[in-house]
Amino acid sequence: MEDTKVILLVEDNPDDEALTLRALNKNNIKNDVVVARDGAEALDYLFGSGKYAGRDTALMPQVVLLDLKLPKIEGLEVLRRVRADERTKLLPVVILTSSNEDQDRIAGYGLGANSYVRKPVDFSQFLDAARHLGLYWLVLNEAPPVRRS
Amino acid sequence: MPNVGHNSITTKLTRMNMLVSAAALLIACAAFVAYDLITFRESMAHNLAIQAQIAGSNSVSALLFNDPRSAENTLSALQAAPNIISAAIYTPDGATFAAYSRYASVQITRILPFIPAQQGDAYWFKDGQLEVIHAIVFRGKRTGTVYILSDLRELTRRLKRYAGIAAIVLLASLLAALPVGSIFQRAVAQPIVHLAETARIVSRDKNYALRATPTGNRDEPDILIGAFNEMLEQIQERDGALRNAHDELEQRVQERTAQLAATNKELEAFSYSVSHDLRAPLRSIDGFSLALLEDYADRLADEGKDHLQRIRAATQRMGMLIDDLLNLSRMTRAEIRKEVVNLSALAQSVVAGLREAQPERQIEFRIEDHLQAKADPRLVQVILENLFGNACKFTSKRASACVEFGKLRHNGRFAYFVRDNGAGFDSAYATRLFGAFQRLHAASEFPGTGIGLATVQRIVHRHGGEIWAEGTVEKGATFYFTL
Repeated sequence: MEDTKVILLVEDNPDDEALTLRALNKNNIKNDVVVARDGAEALDYLFGSGKYAGRDTALMPQVVLLDLKLPKIEGLEVLRRVRADERTKLLPVVILTSSNEDQDRIAGYGLGANSYVRKPVDFSQFLDAARHLGLYWLVLNEAPPVRRS
Repeated sequence: MPNVGHNSITTKLTRMNMLVSAAALLIACAAFVAYDLITFRESMAHNLAIQAQIAGSNSVSALLFNDPRSAENTLSALQAAPNIISAAIYTPDGATFAAYSRYASVQITRILPFIPAQQGDAYWFKDGQLEVIHAIVFRGKRTGTVYILSDLRELTRRLKRYAGIAAIVLLASLLAALPVGSIFQRAVAQPIVHLAETARIVSRDKNYALRATPTGNRDEPDILIGAFNEMLEQIQERDGALRNAHDELEQRVQERTAQLAATNKELEAFSYSVSHDLRAPLRSIDGFSLALLEDYADRLADEGKDHLQRIRAATQRMGMLIDDLLNLSRMTRAEIRKEVVNLSALAQSVVAGLREAQPERQIEFRIEDHLQAKADPRLVQVILENLFGNACKFTSKRASACVEFGKLRHNGRFAYFVRDNGAGFDSAYATRLFGAFQRLHAASEFPGTGIGLATVQRIVHRHGGEIWAEGTVEKGATFYFTL
């Protein structure tokens, strides 16, 4: 797999971060994973601000794995800002969360999420989900063309 | 005052007053006139008889000496009475001896009646005239007869005068009755008119604070007004009480609604938090247990591996419990949108899903056709998924499992049922089935969280229906529900 394809994982729970990374690793997904531990950090990375000031924003992650319950800026708010910005409005965003509440799914899709995946309790199932995600978003899916400014 | 009733009752009273006075006066006048006329006629006849007697006495010598001229002179004295039309004296044998007529031109003998010789004193009224006959007797011997014919002009004149007087009296008394009538009106009609006006305003404006003014004298209108005011008072009182009760109720409803909304919001927030936060630690436990099993398999004894397997199983079961509880809570909160649902088709699709999930099972499904209900299709699907899922689960130890879905009349009402020939249950515990976490079988025997039937019951109740179950151990179970 091409190393240039970066995955942005927005996850505040270190256990979930470790398990997600393990699941990706177990499925031989070797792409770089950038981890943002709250919504603000995720936006900083995407827009090249704050901690990530000076980052080449022409290089966007292949996919964003976005948790909903996040410190500072909530996942749905991150999604709203991503879709509102010209640079990121076409960015593939997969909501990866614990909840299967109707309100979250409606809001998620309403704000333009490309996919909504629930993290199962059974880690075997999670492994399976990670495998599918990697296969689909990193191999099968053609990302939108890279924007050159 | 623009009031129809006002005109009506006073006019009626005035008319009645006039009519009664006029009728009484007319009857009194008539009686009086009739009595007077009878008396007057009698006195007229009496006067005429006296005149006839005088004429008779004065004519005796003329008759005895056969001197008609002298008799005619006597008769002509009757000119003084203008009412006498004609008069005559007859000889005892009935021949006309002398005659007199008010009108000189008339041949008097022509119109004189024949009078029989022995005719005694008499008078009679005939054709608006009065005739008097008087026998002239001298020294016990009939000497002749006097006849006088008089008109009744005096009577007529008297009658006319009476009529005039009666008319004047009638008019005067009717004119006098008008002010008297207005006094009556003030005394009787005015309070009633006032009462009617008050009643009209009350019924138009629904203003029960109004009161009619009492007359002050304890007569019937006053009692009527008193009763009316009392009625108004009661209505006002009840109206006030009703409004207070209504306001209080409204306020209570608003309070409860606010409380309910707050509780619902809290519940929602709680569920949301549970949904997000409670599952995360479970994922860690399961995930890292599996990591231990995978990464440290060589350093773990079989017992250690077994422990980790148990941890994983328990974690997953906990995850299932949380999911089921959230589902139950969702069913409580879900808005119900009722429409006509084809239950037969829904049951077929649920069965298709079950067959796909457990292709190894051989179950005979008997689903009645054309079953319809007015319900929320999403929630009814949850009912059928749970009941069919249970039926499949509890028939898992049957060689030939059979699950039936239909509608029947049960104790006089229609109920849907899902029947299986599975493990059944002891009917003594039938009601416990629907409590959350209540299970009649060991999880090792038949897996499950014990929340499914609680969820089904909640949905049925939210549809205003009922659910109950019948069963016998090892002979199957039937779940009935209405919607």
